[in-house]
This record gives sequence, structure tokens and C-alpha cells, in this order.
Amino acid sequence: MATAAVTHGHPPTTTGLDHRKVAIWAFIGSECMLFASLISTYLIYKGRSVVGPFPHEACNPPLCATPLHAILNIPVTSMSTFVLLMSSLTMVLALAAVENKGKPGYEGLFGSSKLWLMATAILGTTFLGFQAFEFTSFVHEGLTIRTNLFGSSFFTLTGFHGAHVTAGVLWLLTLFAIDVKRGLGPKDALLVDISALYWHFVDVVWIAIFTLVYLIH
Amino acid sequence: MATAAVSPAYAPTEPTGKSGIWSWLTTVDHKRIGALYLYTSLAWFAVGGLEALIMRIQLQGPNGHVVSAQRFNELFTMHGTTMIFLVIMPLSAAFFNFLIPLQIGARDVAFPRLNAFSYWVYLFGSLFMNSSWIFGMAPNGGWFGYAPLTTMPYSPGLNIDFWMLGLQILGVSSLAAAFNFITTIINMRAPGMNLMRMPIFTWMAFIVQFLLVLAFPVITIALVFLQFDRFFGTNFYTMTQGADPLLWQHLFWIFGHPEVYILILPAFGLVSEVLPTFSRKPLFGYPVMVYSGMLIAFLGFGVWAHHMFAVGMGPIADSVFSVTTMLIAIPTGVKIFNWIFTMWGGNLRFTVAMKFAITLVALFTIGGISGVMHASPPADLQQTDTYFIVAHFHYVLVAGSLMGLWAGIYYYFPKITGRLMSESLGNWHFWLAFIGINLTFMPMHWSGLLGMPRRIYTYDAGQGWDNYNLASSLGAYIQAVAWLLGFLNIWLSRRKGKISGPNPWGAPSLEWSIPSPPPEYNFAAIPTVSSRYPLWNLGGHGAHGGSVIELSDADKPNPTHIPTAEELGIPIPYSTIKPLFVALFMTLMFGSLLLIHEDKLHLSIALVISFAFLMTVSLYAWLTSPLEPAHH
Repeated sequence: MATAAVTHGHPPTTTGLDHRKVAIWAFIGSECMLFASLISTYLIYKGRSVVGPFPHEACNPPLCATPLHAILNIPVTSMSTFVLLMSSLTMVLALAAVENKGKPGYEGLFGSSKLWLMATAILGTTFLGFQAFEFTSFVHEGLTIRTNLFGSSFFTLTGFHGAHVTAGVLWLLTLFAIDVKRGLGPKDALLVDISALYWHFVDVVWIAIFTLVYLIH
Repeated sequence: MATAAVSPAYAPTEPTGKSGIWSWLTTVDHKRIGALYLYTSLAWFAVGGLEALIMRIQLQGPNGHVVSAQRFNELFTMHGTTMIFLVIMPLSAAFFNFLIPLQIGARDVAFPRLNAFSYWVYLFGSLFMNSSWIFGMAPNGGWFGYAPLTTMPYSPGLNIDFWMLGLQILGVSSLAAAFNFITTIINMRAPGMNLMRMPIFTWMAFIVQFLLVLAFPVITIALVFLQFDRFFGTNFYTMTQGADPLLWQHLFWIFGHPEVYILILPAFGLVSEVLPTFSRKPLFGYPVMVYSGMLIAFLGFGVWAHHMFAVGMGPIADSVFSVTTMLIAIPTGVKIFNWIFTMWGGNLRFTVAMKFAITLVALFTIGGISGVMHASPPADLQQTDTYFIVAHFHYVLVAGSLMGLWAGIYYYFPKITGRLMSESLGNWHFWLAFIGINLTFMPMHWSGLLGMPRRIYTYDAGQGWDNYNLASSLGAYIQAVAWLLGFLNIWLSRRKGKISGPNPWGAPSLEWSIPSPPPEYNFAAIPTVSSRYPLWNLGGHGAHGGSVIELSDADKPNPTHIPTAEELGIPIPYSTIKPLFVALFMTLMFGSLLLIHEDKLHLSIALVISFAFLMTVSLYAWLTSPLEPAHH
């Protein structure tokens, strides 16, 4: 069999996909196991705390020194969940704006990747604000990471998720800075694409957490 | 010089033609990173071996008191941790690095700088963990670090902190490398190399990367819980707060059992390269070898609780895990038979590499059979925590993994350095290792069945254990000589070994088609592959058939001039120090957490934030600088 002529540059990839796209999927696979371990531990420890506060039930004397009501605030968290889900929408719009820059239908604000990247980052930050509010109010109500098994597993699980959102916001702001500096176009679609995959993954994990931790009693 | 008689067309040089410390610190060449992994892991092999040797001196006779009970705890903890995380895994990684791109016909891995990062994290993580010896606070909770034993009330002191932070750092290295190799294998195969034409070592490496990606996050979380418990006072492993005493064991072994296959499958892959070459036959049952590797990996996630039969999980859990464990023996047995059939009727050449490979087939089987024995819970209840288990996993890991990896070292040394290792010294090395391993670990079956527990630092006379322990210790001394001869062989052969040429063994796969050591770009022209054995003319068509590849002039054996990358117009990534800095700051960031237990909380927080900032800055500097010169 003949061999190809000396290749200048790089040969095409086997799958036709960029390396980074393959790698981010491997990374997401790994992250699934990370959150699976955190969520499983939360579920295993559910109902095993020996002192309050508890997530869904009140804790009254003598079990708790003072009466403590159920701690999870589902209406507030529903709002933050809505905010995070909307950020996935703006992320999709940001990717579409970058991929189709200059094409008809993508003029003006709708086609502004800067707008949608910043909107996604702001929505992500808003979610983090909700989480900061939630954490501080829990602490005021007597639940810290040291209080009981619920506190340890809850703060660790949602804290890890919050850290992932924070990393995502930094990533989005970096893309925004690049966009401001030199403009992102169709050639940069992959950069936005992999950040979008990460962002959507973090959103999907939140749907699992919201369902399993907040909604199911 | 004696080697002048061989009159090579060119003398082996360093792979990139550059040298000096700086070139090693900044290299992103997968071959040099592979060499760094190789020599670093061999250095830790000497350290881990020394730790074992001290334990065997202590246990040579009854009532030995060379070291204290406390020191003995540190020795067996660090011996296990070192041999698993700092020797066998990185030694396997040395081969992943060196071989995967060469075997699939690629010029480097997918992310060369991430690859350098993985190595530096491994180096700094291993140094961090072993720096505990300097402070006299070496980890002492066993390589499995069972919580709650490792929580603050039971293990105050920095010993466990060094262990858990060290493992956390090393996990980053393994994960980063796994993403890199998965991408490399999926995306960088030469034209014509479909998955079922990949060399079997690359296949096993591919499977191992998936095990790493899926198993390491679990121990990461188990370690996070332990860190939070120890540093921040959480309750994950606090029984008085209602915690589950088995949480750690489950999480650890969900990682820990796939880890067993992370340790053995690379050696299986290497042996599957060595046996066909020295039998002059294609690997028997290649597709079945691939599928059994996958099946081992898949089942490997469903057997973890066989490490926990003694904790009382109940008959249903015990039965399920017993059956899945016995099931794994089937694909493993298939591999053993396929290796035997590969050799059957072959034109066997008993080189040192071949002897190490055959030893894996023979002795791993002994470890496999004792493994099936304690897959049965009633038998396991007698054997667990005795020397019988120690015998079992040393047959698997020393007589299995290490023998396979040394087969790989003898086999691939000429490709890595351009020089052959000495066969005469290698024979001394092999036979002494063979005798030493069996003399050390075979008697442990008996001392174990006679009731000698693992991890005891000394024992009284008159329990029937004395002679077996004496034999084990004598075996360990013989092993010490054997492995030293192995090191000596590498040291001497690196400088004085015979020039090997591109394909000294007449091997069939792509890495043997290019000069030894390979030029920095590996392949002047990316070959097109039409069979599993591109350098063997097996005739006919189908799986084995297909024609032998034609080499471009630059890739022909013994060319008078090996062209540089510039002459060929092949872009070579820039050398860079940035991955080293990211790895360094990350290690320091984790290390700063130790100060919390020195009552310097504020200093610790300040340092963690500072190093996190420096790490992020280095990371941005890395990501914003181009990988290689622009090309079109």
C-alpha cells in the first residue's frame, strides 16, 4: 500500500472532530462519576442525622434544643433553578451567534455573541447569588457544614456544584473578554461549543440535585 | 569502543536532539515525557522496595525489633501506596506515553502540554507524599486508609493528611493523562487503522483510560469527605453523628477494584506484544483478547464488595459479589489460554523479555487461582487479613504486573534508547527475580493459612510461622539483588548497549518501522495501515492479511540522514515551562492545607488563595500561548 506524501501540518483527525471536543466528553464522563458519588452519599445519609435542622421535617424538643422548622426553601430554589435553566438558553443563543456571525438573521442584538455570553455569565452569577443567600440563611437557622450529616452532605454536594458554576462563569467571562478584544466568529465556534457543553452539563446536574434533594421528600 | 564494530548508520541521540536540564523541564515530547515517567517510577520502585526490605528484615524471625510498631505501620502504608500509585501506575504511564502515539502512527499525543502537566503533577505529588518521611510523619493508615480509623480522633497528626492530599494530587495527574490518551486513541489513528487493527497494547491502554476516568472521581470524593472531616469538622465518617461505617469502604473499593485492573491490564497489553513477536505468530484470538479486556473492565466495576465480605453485608450482597467475582475469572482465563495458544507451535525465541512475559502468564495464574478461592465468602472469612491475601495480591502485582512491565522494559528499551539491554545480565536479573518472587510470596500462602495476620509488626515464636517467614525474607533479599541487577542493566545498556537498529526483534507493529530512538516527529510520513501486523507479510486477506506498509525514504531503516522536522515542514510544539508551574502551584496549594493542623488557619487560607491565584495565572499563560508555530 502506498504511503501518503510527507504531511505538512497535521493530518485530519480520525473522527473529524476536534481533539478538544472529544476530550470534553471524556471529562464530562468523569464528572458524572464525581457528582454520582456526591449525590449517592447525600441520599444514603438522608434521614440519618441525629440532630436537626432537617431538610423537609421540623425538629422539635427534646430532639432539638429549640424548635427548628424544615430548612429547605423550595420556592426560592425554584427561582434560582429557573435562572440557571434560562442560562442554558442564553448559552445556546451565544453559540448560535458565534457560529452564524454575519449571516442574515443574526444582525443586531439577537446575533450579538457578547450580549449572550455576558447574559449567561450574569445568570450564572445570579444563581450563585441565590446559593450564597441560601447558605447564609441556613447558617442563621442553625445549619452549618458541621451540624449534622444533612449539613455535611448538603453543603458539600451543592458547594461542589456551585464551584462548578463559578468555574463556568470564569470561563464565560474569559470568552467574553476574547470577544471584546478581537471578536468571536465561526472559526472560534469550537471554543464556545466546548464551554457550552460544560455549561449544559452543570445545568443538567442541577436538575438532578434539585429533584433529588429539594423536591423528593 | 566495542560498539564501533556494529557500525551503525547513525548513533542514537536524545529524541529531540536537544539536551540539558532545561530541555527536560520544558519538554512536551511524549517520548521524553515517557522516559521521565520511566526513570521516576523506577526511582520510586527502589524506595518502595527498600520499605519492603526493612519489613522483611523485621519479620525474618520471631520477635524482631528492628523498627517500632509505629514505624512498621508507616512502612507498610507507604510500601503499598508507593508501589501502586508511584511505581506500577506511572510505569504503565511511561509505556502509554511512549507507545500509544507510535503504535497508532501519530506524531504526539492530542494535548502535548497537558501531558507534561500530568508528569509534573505526578512528580510533585510523589515528592509531597514522601516528604512526610522528613518530618517523621509518614502515612500510617494502610494504602486503603479506612475511615473512621483515619479521621482525627483516631489518627491525629499530619501522617494521614500527607496521604490524602498526596493521593488527591496524584489523581489529577491520572485523570488529565486519561483524557489525553482517550482523545489520542480515538482521534489520531493513522489512515486505515480502524479499532480492530490497533495493536493490543494500545487497546488495553485505551480500556485502562476509561477505568481511570470512571474510577478516580469516586476516590476523589471519598478523599474530599475525609479532608472536610479532618480540616473542617464535617461528619461524613463520624459514627456518633449517625454516619455509615462502611461509606468509606464502599467508595474506596468502587475505585479500588477497577484500580486492580488499571494495574494489570497495561502489563497484559505489553505481554500480548512480546509473546507474538518471539513466537513468530500473530496473537491468538485477537478480537477475543480485546473483548475479554473490555469485559474485565466492565465487570471490574461490579465486584468491589468482595473486599468487604468480613464486614457482614448479609447473604444476598455476599452472594452477588461472589458470583460477579468468579465471573471475572472467565475473561481472565481466556487471556491466559490465548497467550498459551499464541506460543503453541510457534518459533519461540527465549529472550529475556520473552522470559518475563511467560512468567507473567504462569505466575499471574497462581494469583488468579487464589483470587477465585477468596471469591467464596466462607473461604474469604478464613483468609481475609491474613498473609494468604498478601501472597495473592503479590502474585498478581509483582509476578503479574511487574514481570509484565519488565518484559516491556526489555522489549522496548531499544526503541526508547536505540540500544539493546544486555541479555546476559538480563538473564541473571530474570532468574534471580523469578526465584526471589516465588521464595518470597509462595510461603505466605502457608503462613497466612496458619493464621498469620497482615500488618503485624512482630510475632512470637512457636506458632508455626517461623520457617515460612524466614523463607519469605530470604526471597526478599534475593529479589533485592535481582532488581538491582535490573537497574544496573538499564544504567550500563543506556551507554554501552549494542546499537539496536529500528526493529531488532522483527516485530510487526508501526513503532518498529521508524528509527530507534524515533525522531521527534516520529513518522516522516504518516503510514497507511491495511492490517493488524503492518510489518509482517502474512499473505492473504482478512484480519491478518493486507500488505506490508511501504516506508517513505525518511522512515526507511538506517537512513544515512534523518531529516529534521524543519526540513520536513512538520510543526513541532514549542517547549514550555508553564505546565510545570501549574503543577507546582497546584501541589503547593494542596500542601498549604497542612498548616490548618499546625494551628495556622489564617496563614493556610492565605497561602491556598495565593497559590490558587498563581496556578490560575500560569494556566492562563499556558492557554493563551500558541502550542506550535503557525502552519498552513
